[in-house]
Amino acid sequence: MTEEIETTEPPAMKTEIHSTGGDGRISDRVKISAEHVSAYFGKTQAVKDVSLNIPEHAVVAIIGPSGCGKSTFLRSINRMHELIPDSRLTGKIALDGEDVYKMDAVLLRKKIGMVFQKANPFPTMSIYDNVAAGLRMGGMHDRKKISEIVERSLQQAALWSEVKDLLYKSGASLSGGQQQRLCIARALAVNPEVLLMDEPASALDPISTAKVEDLIYELKKTYTIAIVTHNMQQAARVSDYTAFFYMGELIEYDETRKIFTMPSKKQTEDYVTGRFG
Amino acid sequence: MMRQWGARTFDCRSFIILMESVQALQEKLDLRQRTSINTGDLLFKNLTRFFAAVILVLVVLMAYEMVQSSGLSWKKFGWSFFITSTWDPVQEQYGALPFIYGTLVSSFLALMIAVPLSLGIAVFLTEMAPRWLEQPVSFFVELLAGIPSIVYGVWGFFVMVPWLRENVEPFVSDKLGWIPLFRGTPYGVGMLAAGMILSIMVLPIIASISRDVIRAVPRAQREAALALGSTRWQSTRIALAYSRSGIIGAIILGLGRAIGETMAVTMVIGNRPTISASLFEPGYTMASVLANEFTEATSDMYISALIEIALTLFIITIIVNSCARLLVWSVTRNSGAARS
Amino acid sequence: MSDSRFWLRKYFSIAMFTLCGLSVVIAFIPLILIFYRTIAFGASALDWNFFTKLPTPVGETGGGLANAIVGTLILVGLGCCLSLPVGVMAGIYLSEYGQNWFGNTVRFLTDVLNGVPSIVTGVVAYTLVVLPMKHFSAYAGGVALGILMIPTITRTTEEILKTVPHTLREAALALGIPQWKTSLQIVLRTAIGGVVTGIMLAIARAAGETAPLLFTALNNRFWHTSLGQPIASLTVFIYNYSVSPFEDWIAQAWAGALVLMILILLLSIAVRFATRSSLSER
Repeated sequence: MTEEIETTEPPAMKTEIHSTGGDGRISDRVKISAEHVSAYFGKTQAVKDVSLNIPEHAVVAIIGPSGCGKSTFLRSINRMHELIPDSRLTGKIALDGEDVYKMDAVLLRKKIGMVFQKANPFPTMSIYDNVAAGLRMGGMHDRKKISEIVERSLQQAALWSEVKDLLYKSGASLSGGQQQRLCIARALAVNPEVLLMDEPASALDPISTAKVEDLIYELKKTYTIAIVTHNMQQAARVSDYTAFFYMGELIEYDETRKIFTMPSKKQTEDYVTGRFG
Repeated sequence: MMRQWGARTFDCRSFIILMESVQALQEKLDLRQRTSINTGDLLFKNLTRFFAAVILVLVVLMAYEMVQSSGLSWKKFGWSFFITSTWDPVQEQYGALPFIYGTLVSSFLALMIAVPLSLGIAVFLTEMAPRWLEQPVSFFVELLAGIPSIVYGVWGFFVMVPWLRENVEPFVSDKLGWIPLFRGTPYGVGMLAAGMILSIMVLPIIASISRDVIRAVPRAQREAALALGSTRWQSTRIALAYSRSGIIGAIILGLGRAIGETMAVTMVIGNRPTISASLFEPGYTMASVLANEFTEATSDMYISALIEIALTLFIITIIVNSCARLLVWSVTRNSGAARS
Repeated sequence: MSDSRFWLRKYFSIAMFTLCGLSVVIAFIPLILIFYRTIAFGASALDWNFFTKLPTPVGETGGGLANAIVGTLILVGLGCCLSLPVGVMAGIYLSEYGQNWFGNTVRFLTDVLNGVPSIVTGVVAYTLVVLPMKHFSAYAGGVALGILMIPTITRTTEEILKTVPHTLREAALALGIPQWKTSLQIVLRTAIGGVVTGIMLAIARAAGETAPLLFTALNNRFWHTSLGQPIASLTVFIYNYSVSPFEDWIAQAWAGALVLMILILLLSIAVRFATRSSLSER
């Protein structure tokens, strides 16, 4: 019987590591650990005492009905939550053991990248400049190197073949699905270790969604990915581990296979079978 | 008999056709309103439409009057009016170049000073200031906009000009007097004073519109930049790039205000129709010459020349303000939409 | 690789934001100076005589600008006579019926009128009123100020009427109330606060204008005998006095500036107060 995975130190996983579709390369190491994290907007508590570990090279899906704190939790990992006035956070979040809130936020965000729900390419920049934006802002000026990285990132995002002749067109001139993949390329260009994705395909059509999901499949070989989604089928398709949030609390966190076939909590079962949400 | 009767039916029919076509025309003119047969409605709509038409008539009348009255001067001088620099009422030789020069130079000088300051203020208000500070600071900036021009003039003349004459200009003339920009005797009054007082007057306009435009940038843009590991300033630059057409619109609006400003400039610019590279030299603007010489203009030609200057000012401000409105309007309409 | 560059970026960010804060300080300096000087110089010359007496000949003390204050009020009042009906009615037209090419043209021209320098408006009032009448008058000054006030009133009226929810209009129409009554009694009444605010803004602007009065209402050292004659105004007096060589007059110019500033300040605060409370209602 598995329970909520709680740790106080870098742990060995309690359950056997078994991926649902990768090549078994999930390591023993914990990439991101959250301990008793609570997040507040003013007086409202959006995340209540959540603890979970994200293993390296795993894809962790965070599911739950809307407004249950999934995005807030995700955003606390790369310290985007603190940008909101009146916000507060308690508990500890660590990247490779290092407390994320004791690091410099700017450096942290180079290591943890984010893709947002609605694609937000910079409209005043071309496709090339969009992907290069993170690099240039980080101080890289070597044109050759930038070119290489832009091409590599666009290939990783499965967008290169579609835009390689259009690199100097505006970032906003692409379709919705392409824009989202552009944002993924942009995030990948700075070479993060972790990629956080906040409902990346919710605004996309089924074909683009499928493309993004295939992408995640490929990306997890290199990166650790946490993805918030309200689409359960997507979570089942794409992730190795799933965390079920409800009303700000982490109800259950386990291998995806287990969550969707033999969940241990009744609430989880009700949600994944569609009885509510 | 038949013909007579036929003629009358023809008249009735043509009358009905006429009324129907008037109805159709009316409906075409007011696309969204169904034509009302209620007399109260018709009366009210036409009453308001009348007053709206008054504005149209007013603007057309303004242009017409000025074109008419400046006809004398236009016939005599033609295009050379704008490139001659002699302004000699005694000899009846009129050239508006010194005034055009003065207007443009003082306005651009004002912008050079005001734009960086205004943008700094706008960034401060949108990115830096906590809520409790932002409200009063915004209020004070808008307060600057409400101070009447004459008060700026009085302060400029009695406080700023002596300060320039005794402290600033001698100092600058000492160190940098070899540059043509700073040559000449420090009178205090002159192009520099005009530029400075104008910059204070256009600053609130540029700052408050820029603030509104920057505030309208969707949060997602800033978040995208920050998520890539940018510093706060770098994400601000992204927001500025996003809102740049609105900011340019604000700057052009400020330019429009500077061009038309009269009293404050008249009191500090020295009112001498000379063209000089030096900022210390007195100058003259189109608005100032109108303020100073209109009541003294005796001959018809003199008045006609002055009205031609007024017409020039009118046209320039229309062009400048239209460009500005188009830019600002397009930004606030498309807030959030992606532009290339 | 990125260590030194990182600190460079960090410090650059801090430096730029410091500059922004500095620009706020720099912008405040003239504001504070203007207020301070105007109060300092103006208050000393402000006395009961200022508000009650007429200007005295040069050298005599004890004079005031009573006629100028009254003159400004009269001129603004005349301006209102022209601009209120035109502005409010045109604003109603633009908001209720103005979604067509004619409305768009009027809207554009209102903006054009707004950007016209006030001195040009004075020139137009001169050709329209002074020339036919063959002399300067309060009417001419009133016309000039009225033209200046029209765009402000039109635009704020239109904006505020647009914010009245469509559902209110529909409810009234569904009750069988004719369109014109709906616009006048229901929509306008709901929005009257905003319309008054717009009018106050326009008045504040007009009261502070000097240029358009210079050759329309001219000036008058005595009480005006009729509206068809030149009339005194606070702004023109301030101008004339401040370029004069007489100490007494210069002191009165400062006093006049102070009175003007206080008047406009009060109006601006009232407007701010009114818009803030209506904003919080929404």
